Amino acid sequence: MSSLRLTALDALHRALGATMTDFAGWDMPLRYGSEREEHLAVRTKAGLFDLSHMGEITVTGPQAGEMLDHALVGFVSALGVLRARYTMICAEDGGILDDLIVYRLREDAFLVVANASNAQLVLDELIARAKGFDAVVTDDRDTYALIAVQGPEATGILAETTDADLPGLKYYAILPAKVAGKDVLLARTGYTGEDGFEIFCHPVDAEPIWQALTAAGEGHGLVPCGLSCRDTLRLEAGMPLYGHELSTDLTPFDAGLGRVVRFDKTTNEGAFVGRKALEQAAAAAESNPPKVLVGLVSEGKRVPRAEYTVVSTDGAPIGRITSGAPSPTLGKPIAMAYVDAAHAAPGTTVAVDVRGKHEPVQVVALPFYKRAR
Amino acid sequence: MSNPQHLQYTKEHEWLTAAVDGISTVGITKHAADALGDIVYVQLPEVGDTVTAGETCGELESTKSVSDLYSPVTGEVTEVNQDVLDDNGLVNSAPFEAGWLFKVRVESTDELLSADEYDALTHAG
Repeated sequence: MSSLRLTALDALHRALGATMTDFAGWDMPLRYGSEREEHLAVRTKAGLFDLSHMGEITVTGPQAGEMLDHALVGFVSALGVLRARYTMICAEDGGILDDLIVYRLREDAFLVVANASNAQLVLDELIARAKGFDAVVTDDRDTYALIAVQGPEATGILAETTDADLPGLKYYAILPAKVAGKDVLLARTGYTGEDGFEIFCHPVDAEPIWQALTAAGEGHGLVPCGLSCRDTLRLEAGMPLYGHELSTDLTPFDAGLGRVVRFDKTTNEGAFVGRKALEQAAAAAESNPPKVLVGLVSEGKRVPRAEYTVVSTDGAPIGRITSGAPSPTLGKPIAMAYVDAAHAAPGTTVAVDVRGKHEPVQVVALPFYKRAR
Repeated sequence: MSNPQHLQYTKEHEWLTAAVDGISTVGITKHAADALGDIVYVQLPEVGDTVTAGETCGELESTKSVSDLYSPVTGEVTEVNQDVLDDNGLVNSAPFEAGWLFKVRVESTDELLSADEYDALTHAG
């Protein structure tokens, strides 16, 4: 119990009466009240999240970009300053070690954000892969707390606490700014399907920033939100989660995310860790489609959950569920699943083995939810 | 946590009223409802079914998980709470009152806990 890591906002979460949960070694808020109400608040108003468990790693130096081009599947050195990219780090065999967001802070400095559960592995891999490059990899997990404000009211709420140019901050961009008078890095990279912001701040500033946002959010319907609703929000938005849709057993091509693999890199003579295996995976995906990641919607009430078997209408196993939950927005159970390509077309009726009973579900295109722009 | 003194409890977090004309009411505790989170699906035994103490007789599904409902008693189900089947949220909002689950003509019970014993169990750790 006592070995769990606490975020800088721990006392605040307890004062708010949060139900806490062990997530990747961190004691994190699961929910403060009803996870359904938190979910709907993010869809209609705004939600405030503590995401301090995410793993920040900084890479600096004249060859920082080239080093990341070598270490990751993305074309990181082509990224503009103050822009962000979704990318992955793969093993030599092409298996996904983690999915990442990389922010270019300066010409020679990048912030890599890893999933909490993989942060140590990513850090170790980046340090190993930096050998021979004029680049320094720094563990910045204790340097930053991370607070997110997400939802249609997010811009209005944040505007009350910062004079940063929010309209000028594009989706997938980052900006040094002041929030509640504190120096932060302000990013616009949500994981909920809504507009919103992530605030990387010093841990000692996390509580004043949280309080300032809470005060600004009064009248905007802002509520504190836990990891439970974050998971249903990202599921509705069709966003993959490491350990569910992504794993070392899958290449980006198996996960339907082959577009993140940039074979067109001009640095390192185009070589990067996993390239050979990924070229084979790309060719295999072209000629013989692997299982396809699809959405499933149920008209029943029982929820298809991770690891349940997907079956055809005649009962033959055709895939497995990777994530499933009751969707607060749709009012129906939804799931993501890898299924055989023959059954992957939207409109196809299949079934899920829910603890011995085959519950019919329909294949739909992802995402389940897309916000109106 | 306020576990009503007049009820008896199981280690699996069900509660049971004292029998009136041989019939007891069964529900789950606030502790269990809070741990589950928002309940989205409730499957209950049907009227006329025989339930067995310590065995599963239904399931409760929440956003994050599904958990079995264990019967604290052996006997015939005489009534199920249609309000809960229509509005699963009653289990969260009023687990000891409007969120009751089913009534049963009691033949025998498992080993049950007093409110104080159940308090001790759920406060432990």
